[in-house]
Amino acid sequence: MFEAIAFYLFAALTISMFTITVMTQQALYALSAMAAGMIFISAFFFILGADFLGAVQIIVYTGAVMALYAFGMMFFDTTRTVVEKRTNPRFVIVLATLAALLTVLVVIVPIIAVDMPAQLPIDPSAGNSQAVGMVLFTKYLVPFELAAVMLLVAMVAGIVLAGKKMDKSLTLMAEEEIELMQTAQYTPVAHEEVH
Amino acid sequence: MEITLTHYLVLSTILFVIGLIGIMRRKNLLLLFFATEILLNAVNIALAAISHYRGDYTGQMFAFFIIAIAASEVAVGLGLLIVWYKRTGRIDLDQMTSMRG
Repeated sequence: MFEAIAFYLFAALTISMFTITVMTQQALYALSAMAAGMIFISAFFFILGADFLGAVQIIVYTGAVMALYAFGMMFFDTTRTVVEKRTNPRFVIVLATLAALLTVLVVIVPIIAVDMPAQLPIDPSAGNSQAVGMVLFTKYLVPFELAAVMLLVAMVAGIVLAGKKMDKSLTLMAEEEIELMQTAQYTPVAHEEVH
Repeated sequence: MEITLTHYLVLSTILFVIGLIGIMRRKNLLLLFFATEILLNAVNIALAAISHYRGDYTGQMFAFFIIAIAASEVAVGLGLLIVWYKRTGRIDLDQMTSMRG
């Protein structure tokens, strides 16, 4: 009974938050509504018994991703109201058809495949975090390491892309000045004394 | 009143459709990223629900990797977006026509 109440409450909250994110004209409203929606989604993970996933959802999404978006919005003109595009109706029809097909597939596939055996059956004696750790460091060790390398590469890419020439404003410079600055980088530094 | 797997799948589908609507109607690239996050989260709910109702950890593992991919996507995407904004002063999608033949 409580599970049903929690499910319907958080479903309504999540759907309304994400609708605000998609429909609003203000970028700041979209940001805060999406942060709220991410936290409400973690409630579903707690209801489903995936405690560790819920904690990771809160830490990574509302802690890291939202902070990164807020940081990125410092650079952009967020006070301007967002103007929507007028899309090609054919494009909308194709995407809507695709979404409808996907809906049918997503709902039908788990109902059809009833007797699919569990590959990694849930062990009720261990807690969720412990069991997740056991599975992650045995069966999914190689994907885990690959994900770690991917995050490292993404971090380096973020630093290189965003942190490049922070002291110079590329918007206020002419194209020739930017090219001059880029070519000047590759000229060797003359006589640097090293002791 | 039992909450079944179908409830979660329907919820996940509704959220996915909301994300698709966002992708269809947004022009601002930052808000397009927001719609992408909604899509990833909708899939995460479905994976966690299937993991719970099937008694299988595989769904949760895939949800973890989706979260890692979302984090790296945001880092690289925002970096590129900042560079583009510094060069042009706009982040609208229909303005990026520099490769038009």
